[in-house]
Amino acid sequence: MSEPRVIDARNTFCPGPLMELIAGMKLAQVGDTLELLSTDKGSANDVPEWIHKVGHELLGNREEGGVWHITVKKVK
Amino acid sequence: MAAKKISIIVVSGTRERLQMAAMTAAVGAVSGNEVSVFLSMNALEHFVRGNGHEPPIEGSFGKLLGEKNAPGFKTLFEQAVELGDAKIYPCSMAMDIMGVEREALESYVAEPLGLTKFLDSAADAQVFSF
Repeated sequence: MSEPRVIDARNTFCPGPLMELIAGMKLAQVGDTLELLSTDKGSANDVPEWIHKVGHELLGNREEGGVWHITVKKVK
Repeated sequence: MAAKKISIIVVSGTRERLQMAAMTAAVGAVSGNEVSVFLSMNALEHFVRGNGHEPPIEGSFGKLLGEKNAPGFKTLFEQAVELGDAKIYPCSMAMDIMGVEREALESYVAEPLGLTKFLDSAADAQVFSF
């Protein structure tokens, strides 16, 4: 299994993290895993919403020291 | 399932409104909606290539926007087009009045449109104005 590609969007504000994740998803292959790092509280809710809405797989969403780690698998 | 449509009319040239319009376009476009943006009046000049001047701010939030690291409105409009297939149409009337041709506008801006067509496409869309 490949390592998740890390997208570091820490210290940017909404909708920065979401847009960076989407740009990363566009470049990724189906089956790839991406891990988004974000310090933006709003994005912590918004990003999983987007993942859900568009139909990818949310693998994890944890917060550690003010940084959210949101892991998503590109399924289509 | 048909995509939902979002039509955004931007006439304001202030930072806060341009930012909100851009955020709506970007997030709307990447969330599965068909987004059309209509740029007119004071908004249009900011999309003339080489126009680096910062839009005036309306209030204290505008100041905060400048201080914090939020993506700029032009970046967001560009992302709406690149990542979400949004269409950004400059108002043909405004272009005439300003004396600008399409080539003078940013590359991510689509062909000029008139109100007739825009209103038509907005008929079954959620409409936002800034």
